Amino acid sequence: MFGKKRVAVIGAGMTLFRRNLKETGKELAWEASNMALDQAGLELKDIESVVMGTAPDAFDGVHMKGEYLADGAGAWRKPYSRVFVGGGTGVFAIDAGWWHIASGQFDTCMVVAEEKMSSCYPHPAYAFTTIFDPIYSRPLGVTLIWIFALEMHRYMHVHGIKKEDIARVSVKNKRNALDHPCAQLGANITIEDVLNSEVMCWPVQRLDISPTSDGGAALILASEDVAKKITDNPVWIDGVGWCIDTTFWTNRDLYYPKYVQGAAQMAYKMAGIKNPPKEIDVAEVYDPFDYKELHHMEGLMLARKGQAPKLTAEGVTQRDGDLPINPSGGLLGVGNPIAAAGLMKCCEIFWQLRGEAGKRQVKGDPRTGLAQAWGDLMQYGSVVVMRS
Amino acid sequence: MSEKIKHFPGESLKGRDIREGRVPTIKHRPNVKYLWSAGVAMSRFLEGLKKGKIVGSSCKKCQRIMVPPRAFCEECFRPVDGYTNVKDTGTINTYSVSYVAGDASRIKEPILVAVIDLDGASKGMGILHLLGEIDDWKTIKFGMKVKAVWKLPEERTGTITDIKYFKPME
Amino acid sequence: MREVAIVGVGCTGFKSVTPEISYKEMMFEAATRAYQDAGNINPRKDIDAFISVAEDYWEGFSIFDEFVPDQLGAVLRHLFTVSGDSIIGLATAYMLIKTGYFNTVALESHGKPSDILTLHDIVSFAMDPILNRPLGGHPFYVAGMEMNRFLCTTGNTRDQCAMIVAKNKGNALSNAFAAYGANVDVEDVLNSDMQFYPLKKIEISKPADGGIVIILASDKVATKLNENPVWIKGVGWASETPSLETRCWSKAIYARLAAEMAYKKAGIMTPSVEVDFAEVDDLFSYKELQHMEALKLCRSGEAGKLTEEGITQLDGYLPINPSGGMLGMGWPLEAAGLQRLQEVVLQLRGQAGNRQLSDVEIGVAQSWRGIPTATGAVAVLSNYKG
Repeated sequence: MFGKKRVAVIGAGMTLFRRNLKETGKELAWEASNMALDQAGLELKDIESVVMGTAPDAFDGVHMKGEYLADGAGAWRKPYSRVFVGGGTGVFAIDAGWWHIASGQFDTCMVVAEEKMSSCYPHPAYAFTTIFDPIYSRPLGVTLIWIFALEMHRYMHVHGIKKEDIARVSVKNKRNALDHPCAQLGANITIEDVLNSEVMCWPVQRLDISPTSDGGAALILASEDVAKKITDNPVWIDGVGWCIDTTFWTNRDLYYPKYVQGAAQMAYKMAGIKNPPKEIDVAEVYDPFDYKELHHMEGLMLARKGQAPKLTAEGVTQRDGDLPINPSGGLLGVGNPIAAAGLMKCCEIFWQLRGEAGKRQVKGDPRTGLAQAWGDLMQYGSVVVMRS
Repeated sequence: MSEKIKHFPGESLKGRDIREGRVPTIKHRPNVKYLWSAGVAMSRFLEGLKKGKIVGSSCKKCQRIMVPPRAFCEECFRPVDGYTNVKDTGTINTYSVSYVAGDASRIKEPILVAVIDLDGASKGMGILHLLGEIDDWKTIKFGMKVKAVWKLPEERTGTITDIKYFKPME
Repeated sequence: MREVAIVGVGCTGFKSVTPEISYKEMMFEAATRAYQDAGNINPRKDIDAFISVAEDYWEGFSIFDEFVPDQLGAVLRHLFTVSGDSIIGLATAYMLIKTGYFNTVALESHGKPSDILTLHDIVSFAMDPILNRPLGGHPFYVAGMEMNRFLCTTGNTRDQCAMIVAKNKGNALSNAFAAYGANVDVEDVLNSDMQFYPLKKIEISKPADGGIVIILASDKVATKLNENPVWIKGVGWASETPSLETRCWSKAIYARLAAEMAYKKAGIMTPSVEVDFAEVDDLFSYKELQHMEALKLCRSGEAGKLTEEGITQLDGYLPINPSGGMLGMGWPLEAAGLQRLQEVVLQLRGQAGNRQLSDVEIGVAQSWRGIPTATGAVAVLSNYKG
């Protein structure tokens, strides 16, 4: 892109993802940032700007959580801002880091994501009871799982998808996560295990869902000039995209995520991608529920509408398949500290494109990768396209 | 790079470490209270519920009748042209059966929830509500016709729960 | 180099209460006015990105971003939330346009504190949960401590702080957007109740409801949308430490760092000479003095004297808060920064009515995120592209 600045990723770090970590939110942010700096071979003084991605304040139990986390994220006396698009925040945070550098305003930016869900007592799910409209939704006692179950059911109904077609995603991702050193729920399970697990909110069962988690992740971004001085193999951010649909989610047909399509189209256009399934070598697709991986693959135009289950059944999305999806193990396997989980996906694509993912490395020599997250009231898509 | 990293930070705790006080904790219950102004459109909706009516709003430009009602059309970005009652019957767009409460605790008698596309509103204009008078949830079907069951007029307070639930029409 | 201009502003408010409309309707009204002001632009196709600036606990929602798109015309378009100060929102819009991928950006922020029943408990909820919160008390004691240290270190006086209240509430009388204009003198302020020694009740800005939407555009399209674009010459933002234990209490370091960044981009070497007027955060009376000094509009310890001499009045040579500031207009939570910015835009366009300043070319807007933060932002604007 002539006249436009290219932005590189030059370092990544993350903490363990666990149900309860001893570290506070600030400490998780610090651990992840510190590792990312270390990996990039930089010091905090080299960082010119900081972006924080973190989801509801209600988890950590601190109003203006971004301010509270600032020193943990290395933002002391620096330009610092927080972006927040619900579950989409983790991937959106790297998009925000991108414009800090692409605008020519900074040469380096540290993108930090943190989530300390366990602070919300007695259960993190409490934080979600206040995401709904207080007039026409909250009095009904609506929960987060209800609305996802409604979306999953609609998706299954419109395409005639069976539960076992969806369960395969959970099996794959939890198995992939066995190779991730930070994973909370790596496991060898079967389709039957998923189908026999506790019914939470039909058609959602226990093993269809990712856990609640504590964790942190961080990435270091740099301008082309700086990146080339520091590393021989930077990974480039070639496309960013985001899109939001109407608040009135009961007025939409939930079978297809148009907002993900809108985000993907924006990112593909920027990255010059015409044929996504052909041009994308590896993708980290948002999978807080197993059906969402399929739903999002379709929104990302990596599969035709209703065809993602078929690709999954054929093994195309396995690590050794033609289009590996969630080689990290995803949220279902690695864990789901909301914003940190989204940024973990960006870390994974970074490692995959550098050929440094170890046992998780996908076959071939992946050159183009994508990470995506989803948020708000089933209405937000955020996407990043990276190339080695 | 992840293959080069030997140690990932984080000290995992068990739930009982916290419950049984083996690690120091701080407890705080915030005092956060709100009294939202319902506004122009939603005030009509709530007043309608009190009278046993479901109020929608209409936009002449895109020809939609929208529910829940809004003061402006989000598609055309202009004020709506008026308010109109839609029917209290509709079809099930999607449904679920919830065994989990808001705090993630389990409930014995599942709650039946659905998005119901209301008759008289534009296609796909649904609202979220509960289903009732259903003995076996396996009898619920996509596209099933349902009708609102209202509280008695003197019990209505102008909230979405003035409708107790929707029940099957046949 | 691509330049960025403000081509539209729309405001609703400010009022102490607004029971007649919802926050959504308030935002719709401000957005409609802003789009009209920007050459009747159609947000459904002509705005490349939308930014809303909001904090969850100010709204009473866990993910407020969900409730934003419809009333801005941003359904199925590229919107996001910055949980921060609204001038940091401006900086974000500025950066988006500077990337070269966006030509038009809409920026929204609002406050509806009248919907909140426990405003100060929510402010307390922002304090450190381990070190500060258990101590209890009204969180504005932090302002009392800071005022005390600031006056002690700089030699500015208690009475000079009182003059800020008289000036700003007086300026607000000629501002139709202001909720709390009044004729008060220094005596009235000094007779007001002591609340957080040495801070008096009338020296604390009162909450107010209102919303502002700003439309930004690249130089490629700016003059097509508005024949009087106001150019953003520089923006800066910074955070000092969140820790009350280790921060600097006498100076607004965050404002100094933000100002240095903004001035550098704007090519301003001597702010006290080059800046014609400023809108600065005055959530508490002394903050205006502290922020003037942080913005290098005068030397440390001189802000009070300038105020006393009338230099910061509407007819002085360095007018500060001609709008009436937050003491006069009211405190609209995160929208405070855009409230400052709006006045700078109106003044630079010559549309400030009775309070119009003469011959102004460069204005500064500055914001602070309030207690307990040490985060702020600065924007330098001009009616000359230069």
